[in-house]
Amino acid sequence: MSTIIPDGNYYDQGTYFLATIAPSTWAALGIGLSLALSVVGSAWGIWITASSLMGAAVKEPRIRSKNIISIIFCEAVAIYGIILAIILNGKIDKFLNILDPASDYMAGYMMFGAGITVGLCNVFSGICVGIAGSGCALGDAQNPSLFVKMLIIEIFAGALGLYAVIVGILMTTNSLGVTTMPVTSK
Amino acid sequence: MGLFGGRKHGGLFTFNKDDGYLEAILRGFKKGILSRSDYNNLCQCDNLEDMKMHFISTDYGDFLAGEPSPIHTTTIAEKATCKLVNEFNHIRNQAIEPLSTFMDFISYGYMIDNVVLLITGTLHERDISELVDKCHPLGLFKSMATLSVVHNVADLYNNVLIDTPLAPYIQGCLSEEDLDEMNIEIIRNTLYKAYLEDFYNYCKYLGGQTELVMSDILKFEADRRSINITINSFGATELSKDDREKLYPQLGLLYPEGTGKLGKAEDVDQVRGILEVYSTYRSFFSDGVNNEKSLEDSFFEHEVHLNRMAFEDQYGYGVFYAYIKLREQEIRNIVWIAECISQNMKQKMNQYIPIF
Repeated sequence: MSTIIPDGNYYDQGTYFLATIAPSTWAALGIGLSLALSVVGSAWGIWITASSLMGAAVKEPRIRSKNIISIIFCEAVAIYGIILAIILNGKIDKFLNILDPASDYMAGYMMFGAGITVGLCNVFSGICVGIAGSGCALGDAQNPSLFVKMLIIEIFAGALGLYAVIVGILMTTNSLGVTTMPVTSK
Repeated sequence: MGLFGGRKHGGLFTFNKDDGYLEAILRGFKKGILSRSDYNNLCQCDNLEDMKMHFISTDYGDFLAGEPSPIHTTTIAEKATCKLVNEFNHIRNQAIEPLSTFMDFISYGYMIDNVVLLITGTLHERDISELVDKCHPLGLFKSMATLSVVHNVADLYNNVLIDTPLAPYIQGCLSEEDLDEMNIEIIRNTLYKAYLEDFYNYCKYLGGQTELVMSDILKFEADRRSINITINSFGATELSKDDREKLYPQLGLLYPEGTGKLGKAEDVDQVRGILEVYSTYRSFFSDGVNNEKSLEDSFFEHEVHLNRMAFEDQYGYGVFYAYIKLREQEIRNIVWIAECISQNMKQKMNQYIPIF
């Protein structure tokens, strides 16, 4: 399919151009973004927490083991990204569905949307867990009774990423009874 | 110093990349500041040897270990300052821009005191190399190595002072002849005024949490200087009112109207009247009338309060400045208690200012 409009008066360039992009492009971008952005968020959170944790552990070594939990919460954010990437990867079929191109397009766009959802949500969730974890490490070093309370805050922050994964998976399965994906085996 | 280095520190999201580790270490140091129970223990000591024992269980450890007994209060102050300088250098050596510039600014205050000491020594024809031992360790600068070639004030100015980081302040306000003629306290206050304004502008440039915390602290410092200059210039001095007004830093709650009025004040009652309008400073004078707290004590107390507030927030540089000042106050407290113990004046011992 060429990208040059056959009849210049009926379609506009932009929409026609969008329509000529294969849906697999969108699907692949979705997979890449879900993983890449999740890792960005998780890495950001880890270095925010880890620098504070290492500094505080110099004078107060007892906080080392317990505060690894904050790092683990940040890591979980990246795992959500991988989960969605693997699920999406399993749904890509290598042949275009000539009989029903509409469902192909729908599938491609939904996978892209799911990838963006999970990716961006995990960026912010990761940063949030990181900043809360940094405060947790510093507070725990001064006063050990603060640790459990700060941990609850981090649990809430990590739940944000979980919401994203739930929505992402819902977007890309046919659990609602409507076929949105070509469910073909390779 | 019109143009600064160029880097600002990150805010909520990126501060920890460069300075998170150092801030966390500093908060660990802050935990070692003596608490009220430590002060209670120290107050119950009978002599300085007991104090040495009590220090072992605090963050100070056995910092007096190698000292021959009997211990003097000056030794305690020296060793405690040594510990503070070690911690400052530990952080300063690992700091990068802009934290390194900020910490350099903190040290310039002490450098001014050292420079004034050197100028006084040169004017009185003392041997400079022995003055270096008396300098405050936080304010050492590199050109101290070349002090042996200095014989008079002109040499000092041209060879040594121009190479220090204080050169812009010195060049801005003083010339070679001024060092000979001006009163040494006026020199000190002129340099300090330039330094304070520069520091304040740097904190405003950094913005964020640093500006929020440091602007309050530096404004109070400027006001305190203005009030002290005013009160000290009453009586028989050669300081005219115009000269006095030139020494007031151009920042703070009292600038510009309060300093204008202070410049024309004649005695302490007028000063009290001028400060009635400022709610923060009004209580400093009225407290002194009722109980034994002097103006100096009220200033120290308010300074401790402001520095304590700096620790309430994260991701800023205010904590670095505040920690140095709180440690200094702690050293003053320890020396006060030690003096009270060694001179057997236990009833005055509780006039130290508790920090945390």
